[in-house]
Amino acid sequence: MRVALFVTCLVDMMRPRIGFAVIRLLEAAGCEVIVPDSQTCCGQPAFNSGDRASAAMLAKKVIAEFEGYEYVVAPSGSCADQIRNEYPGLFADDPEWHGRAVALASRVHELTDFLVNVARVDKLPGNFCGSITYHDSCAGLRSLGIKRQPRQLLAKLPGVELKEMPGAEECCGFGGTFSVKFGDVSAAIAERKCANACTTGADAIVGGDLGCLLNIEGKLRRMGDETTRVLHVAEVLAGDD
Amino acid sequence: MQIRSMFFKANAASALANPVLQGNMRMSKGKFVDKRRTAITDFQAEGGDFEALREAGAELRNRVLNDLDLWLERFESAAIATGATVLWAKDSAEVCRHVVDIARRHGVKKAAKSKSMLSEEAGLNQALEAAGIQPVETDLGEYILQINDNEPPSHIIAPVVHKGLDEVADLFARVHKTPRKTEIPELTREAREVLRQHFLDADMGISGGNFLVAETGSVALVTNEGNGRMVTTLPRVHVVVTGIEKVTPTLEDLSLLLRLLIRSATGQSISNYVSLLTGIKQPEEHDGPEHLYFVLVDNGRADVVASEFQDMLRCIRCGACMNHCPVYQTIGGHAYGWVYPGPMGSVLTPLYMGLDKAIDLPHAATLCNQCGVVCPVKIPLPELLRKLREKQVEKGLRPLMERLTLKAWAWVACRPKLYAVGTRFGVRYLSWLAGGRDRIGALGIAPGWTDGRDFPAPQGKTFREMHAARQR
Repeated sequence: MRVALFVTCLVDMMRPRIGFAVIRLLEAAGCEVIVPDSQTCCGQPAFNSGDRASAAMLAKKVIAEFEGYEYVVAPSGSCADQIRNEYPGLFADDPEWHGRAVALASRVHELTDFLVNVARVDKLPGNFCGSITYHDSCAGLRSLGIKRQPRQLLAKLPGVELKEMPGAEECCGFGGTFSVKFGDVSAAIAERKCANACTTGADAIVGGDLGCLLNIEGKLRRMGDETTRVLHVAEVLAGDD
Repeated sequence: MQIRSMFFKANAASALANPVLQGNMRMSKGKFVDKRRTAITDFQAEGGDFEALREAGAELRNRVLNDLDLWLERFESAAIATGATVLWAKDSAEVCRHVVDIARRHGVKKAAKSKSMLSEEAGLNQALEAAGIQPVETDLGEYILQINDNEPPSHIIAPVVHKGLDEVADLFARVHKTPRKTEIPELTREAREVLRQHFLDADMGISGGNFLVAETGSVALVTNEGNGRMVTTLPRVHVVVTGIEKVTPTLEDLSLLLRLLIRSATGQSISNYVSLLTGIKQPEEHDGPEHLYFVLVDNGRADVVASEFQDMLRCIRCGACMNHCPVYQTIGGHAYGWVYPGPMGSVLTPLYMGLDKAIDLPHAATLCNQCGVVCPVKIPLPELLRKLREKQVEKGLRPLMERLTLKAWAWVACRPKLYAVGTRFGVRYLSWLAGGRDRIGALGIAPGWTDGRDFPAPQGKTFREMHAARQR
């Protein structure tokens, strides 16, 4: 299986190790991984800010870069949702690009969904030892139905104990540019998420979207929690480099 | 009602800084969410299919909105046949004029009101007072707000959800000049005693309308306190003030909407009272008003029909979107600055009052879609909020800096080589700021982030440069 990795702009800049963890996972699942080196961003920040023209411009770039691959995998429910569910609507008046967007959409997968439902992995390279609480990111959960997939994968790691937090499906308050435009409200929502996560006493808060994870980690540290780890599910599943 | 939505950021900041409000919001949050969840679980356990019900509700509301003029005309003729008078109001001023005229025609001195968000839109109480007519709110929550110097409601079905027991106890002792009471039953008894005389004195009752039934010319009211029945049956004049979008074709359609509305709103399978009021008192009847008026209000609604925002008019005012909204849960309803708070308010306020009057509201959402998945008539609220953001950009209403930043970023992101240079520089700058630590405490370019939390430091290099290096 040839899989193109859409690494996402946040992972590219903030946490390259997540990108390498994804490559290890996909290779362990028997995939040939290609990283198109001209990739940048899916355009969601423009789309959600009402700048439709910029969003369409970036969408065309992503479509052109990735339409040649059988599968595209992104370590983010939010970016995968943007390509799968929002790109076609950006080209409602442009039959050619609309067709290309639709053709790409169904081949784009969020990482854990791909591992469970397409690659059907059995063994995982990860060796994480400790307790985990899982934060369900909004777009992945409510637009792509990512809920059972990460838990199913984590259950394959013998050292992992999953402790569900209250309100696991509630938003962490990130919301892209919302986190900066309404920083005070965003941070207050994040505080609630962190408090909920901490009631579990888990060693690590794990999720599938780096935006949420940076928000949660930033709030945890500001609250004085120096020990709870905040990890992307790919890091846990793939183990150390 | 005076709009204060342009001060959203300041309003939100003061809500966050108010420990009493924060405590009250924390208390109420779980209640609404848990009760709705239980109601739907029970409904499913009894063999119901709530998703199918939502689908049918959305389809019904669309059908009405697609032929709104037709259903309104049908309602009008059915209502007239029952002895009611139907009046139309284009805007708030016309609502107030109609109601004041009716009051004067019938020599009304006092009007008892049951809950109506439309009367909040229209500023009806102020208009009545100015005309020398005393309006008395009889919904307990609305009554508390009225005696607290006409404070506006903060929620569409639980108007006083932002207040705690202590505040109400203080207020009653001060306004009623009675010994301070601390138990809820004592406080409600006191309110009932005060309100009883108002019900008996009132010459006119004013109610909202949850739904209008076209085939019978009836208005349906959903309440839990029973005040709605007193207001609509005791006084000799009853005025219904409601929006034109509330019409529904048949009684059978009404039953579908009631099943959706009540579970979504309070988590009950049915509210304590569901009143279906049809026509004036007949000679053989013992109660009911001698005069019944419907004031059917546009106030911006007609412009939304057939627009790309028509889906919003499906709203049946249950409040589930705000109950489940992380932003509403954090700041409460007053911060939104007009009649309707939460996600539905962030769509309705700019549509009814003008995009430029509520510039922050469509952005004051994380687009988490918790509202969309609980909406009983499947309004795609995040999509509508995003469309409003697009309208703001089209009309040049966003700050210049924001527009230029987005354009510049998108331009660079379409040029991979340039983008690579930019991001390499960016992550090195951030790493330098972190100074070897795993976090940045204050970020000059994004103070909104670091005022309330740390910014985790980047790893040091970009994935793309590290990957290219490994390939070599």
